[in-house]
Amino acid sequence: MIKQEPDNGQPTPDTVSLTIRAWRQARGEDHGHFEVYEVGNVPVDASFLEMLDILNEDLVSRGRDPIAFESDCREGICGTCGIVVDGLPHGPGHCTTCQLQIRDFEDGATITIEPFATGAFPVIKDLMVDRSALDRIIQAGGYVTVHSGPKPDPNSIPIEHDVVEDALDASACIGCGACVAACPNGSSSLFTSAKIGHLGLLPQGQPEREDRVRKMVEAMDEEGFGSCRNYAECQASCPKEISIKYIGRMNADYIKATISGGDRRGDMHAT
Amino acid sequence: MVELNSKIPDGPIEDKWHSHLEHARLVGPRNRPTYDVIVVGTGLAGASAASSLAAQGYNVHVFIYHDTPRRAHSIAAQGGINACKNYREDGDSTYRLFYDTQKGGDFRSREANVYRLAQTSTQIIDQCVAQGVPFAREYGGMLANRSFGGVLVERTFYCRGQTGQQLLLGAYQALQKEIELGKVKMYTRSEMLDLVMVDGRARGIVYRDMVDGSIKSIAGEAVVLATGGYGAVYFNSTNAINSNGTAIWRAHKRGAAFANPSFVQIHPTCIPVSGDHQSKLTLMSESLRNDGRVWVPRTPKDTRNPADIPEEERYYYLEERYPTFGNLVPRDVASRAAKVVCDDGLGVGSTGYSVYMDFRDAIESKGRDTIAEKYGNLFDMYSEITGESPYDQPFRIYPAVHYCMGGLWVDYNLQTTIPGLYAIGEANFSDHGANRLGASSLMQCLADGYFILPQTIGDGLQPLYRDKVDTTHPAFARTEAEVRDRIQRVMSIKGDSTPLSIHKRLGKVIWNNCGMSRNAEDLASALDQVDQLKKEFWENVNIPGTDGDVNQTLERALRLVDFLEIGELMCRDALMRDESCGCHFREDHVADDGEVQRNDEDFSHVAAWEWTGEDSVSERHEEQLSYEVMQPATRSYK
Ligand SMILES: Cc1cc2nc3c(=O)[nH]c(=O)nc-3n(C[C@H](O)[C@H](O)[C@H](O)COP(=O)(O)OP(=O)(O)OC[C@H]3O[C@@H](n4cnc5c(N)ncnc54)[C@H](O)[C@@H]3O)c2cc1C
Ligand code: FES
Repeated sequence: MIKQEPDNGQPTPDTVSLTIRAWRQARGEDHGHFEVYEVGNVPVDASFLEMLDILNEDLVSRGRDPIAFESDCREGICGTCGIVVDGLPHGPGHCTTCQLQIRDFEDGATITIEPFATGAFPVIKDLMVDRSALDRIIQAGGYVTVHSGPKPDPNSIPIEHDVVEDALDASACIGCGACVAACPNGSSSLFTSAKIGHLGLLPQGQPEREDRVRKMVEAMDEEGFGSCRNYAECQASCPKEISIKYIGRMNADYIKATISGGDRRGDMHAT
Repeated sequence: MVELNSKIPDGPIEDKWHSHLEHARLVGPRNRPTYDVIVVGTGLAGASAASSLAAQGYNVHVFIYHDTPRRAHSIAAQGGINACKNYREDGDSTYRLFYDTQKGGDFRSREANVYRLAQTSTQIIDQCVAQGVPFAREYGGMLANRSFGGVLVERTFYCRGQTGQQLLLGAYQALQKEIELGKVKMYTRSEMLDLVMVDGRARGIVYRDMVDGSIKSIAGEAVVLATGGYGAVYFNSTNAINSNGTAIWRAHKRGAAFANPSFVQIHPTCIPVSGDHQSKLTLMSESLRNDGRVWVPRTPKDTRNPADIPEEERYYYLEERYPTFGNLVPRDVASRAAKVVCDDGLGVGSTGYSVYMDFRDAIESKGRDTIAEKYGNLFDMYSEITGESPYDQPFRIYPAVHYCMGGLWVDYNLQTTIPGLYAIGEANFSDHGANRLGASSLMQCLADGYFILPQTIGDGLQPLYRDKVDTTHPAFARTEAEVRDRIQRVMSIKGDSTPLSIHKRLGKVIWNNCGMSRNAEDLASALDQVDQLKKEFWENVNIPGTDGDVNQTLERALRLVDFLEIGELMCRDALMRDESCGCHFREDHVADDGEVQRNDEDFSHVAAWEWTGEDSVSERHEEQLSYEVMQPATRSYK
């Protein structure tokens, strides 16, 4: 397909018209409902969120409240965007909502958009949800304890090429929460296991490995996420294609950690 | 009047940093918990600084407009981070990295700061690896390197095309740990809208809770701005769509000098603009230029399929014009060269404003798999957006706004002209002169945050041990009232222009007049046009909804108020810098070979602007640059 580029007296690009059924909810405590909007003249070159920009711009210019939705990088890396499009977190295609393109939708289509709402992700407004529970899982142990200061030279600890690539596959997680939104049980196992997998694969992550898995798994429960029942919907909806093999690893690590005894970190703290 | 005392330590350049530390005042570990430090921003600079300060024992309060610290724009950095480890034994050294950065910046940055950056670079890699950042490794298990523009060594460390993400996750995780320990209090969805000054010192900030709309303030002994760049003034840029200049601009209006505002980097390899609906431009990492060859057809308006254009009819203009550096010339040079060939009618695509970046030869010589492992996600990103596969046909690219070398003026301690106010990362101006080299921003952000600020901040804090203020000081109520008043003014205009439409027009004015090529006449006209847009905003903008709620139109409008003023200052700065240097290409100062012509006699200085009030023109001050180690020379990449 030849791309058209306006602004230079070129023919305007092909456009489509769409009907958007959008979830509207003024506040977390309110009841939400669907509203239907027609949006015409959407360039096929636009992204899905740019289509929503066009719709919102029209609402704002008429003094009406635009549909609140979140995005930032708009290139699939920050994890801010996240809309359930036609029943699928991030919509059709293995990408984030911001990477969806209008050319992937039919002219005249009706598209339903809803928030990533699950028990652990309360709605803030319209399509915006609160995903801070994911941060609290990381707070429980998703790190390596180091201070800023002199360290050994990295090449003094060689790491196999394939091990690093595997760790990077896991740490490619963007924290968007699609895995939770897709899971019939609202489980955050894929998210949590990806961090445990990333750090657990590397030599630097070994000293805290058992502690980490124990605390992070407990944090998932405390935050009210459901448990994993192997539906694997999370993997199917992950825009970074993170594998459920990390959930298997996490479970194995967890069993080992619970067998091997309690947390002795407190012993170090002087009173 | 602002005073520009750079506080550069005496002594030979190699010893300045260490001797500076040896003589700095320190805050002892027992006293650190009595100090409150406010950090705004959790990009690489803010997250690394906040976690390091907290680990030292300070009480740290961290503010972001994002919902979690991991979303900061740093997450999008693709290509890599520099460090002079010299793992390749290819002639790298602290001096070489210093030299490349100074020359890359066209001799418009401070030698002492740049040298310190180079000295610190190797520690960053050690730190990040210790945190578990999975940098690419060779089959033998050692760290791998790639090369970026403007250098002749391989010193860039990377994680596929997602280096920023992995580095930021390292810093984010360190920050999360301090939150868990109670040393960092995290304020998400909280946008700083003003700086609170008490007796000439920064003593706190005013912020808006973006969920319930309330205006609040917080006091501390120091405020650190790590709020990134203001490139989104151009509307279309590679910045995240919420990136903005409000924090640094509000600090500027409270007395912090703004340095070199017109020094903005236009990145050569971005996906070209496809239409007016476009909300942002997507960068294709410069690392692609390691293997991609940039060319245009020699015949104007050649519409043949690129694969059918024979070798002799291809104009590899970078390789021809710059045989030594070839496709790896610095960004300003590569961007301008693309503009020149397109202006000459050789550009491709339906607008004629793009050039090819071709992997045909690299795939042939190294194999598809090798190329896929190195750049796979960049290739995928391009084909998702354009529907074209770079494995089969060349990328089409064009320059786009990318990075701000300009920013708040800071001294050697990273303190601005306001005592107690620090600026780190892209928000300051310090290390990149008139052009930044690839993979050097991540390096600077982490140097500032992990290693420099945590060691320099104590010197300013120590005298405040018994001198604290809290939010009951009248300055807090007064500043809060000013912010509420600003919001009320914006909300009550109720005209019929949308903030988005004004922002798009502002972007075009700045891009056309203060972009890749500039001249005095256009800049003067841009100042008028910006003034018109300002008027339109204050007379005719319309914000639906209320301010006591989530209101994304209001958020955009408040940022736009500041972009309008930043845009004006950028044009003024570009107008006054009557020379060409780095990114700042003045059409009236061109050397015979078409390259930039510096004027060292009159412009070997940093221009630092002082805000003098709403109704007067800002005042320009100069910090003279001294060249003790490296004399400015013609910057040649031929
Ligand atoms: C697409 C892309 C690719 C890049 N690739 C590279 C690369 O490969 N190598 C390299 O060296 N550099 C690269 N850069 C440049 C580099 O990524 C940035 O310069 C750098 O990440 C900036 O980091 P920072 O910490 O200064 O700010 P940012 O990461 O921009 O963070 C800003 C923070 O400030 C907060 N904030 C801002 N204003 C306010 C406010 N008013 N109130 C509250 N919070 C606020 C935000 O929430 C955010 O947390 C790239 C840039 C882009 C756009
Ligand atoms: S907006 Fe960043 S991932 Fe979609």
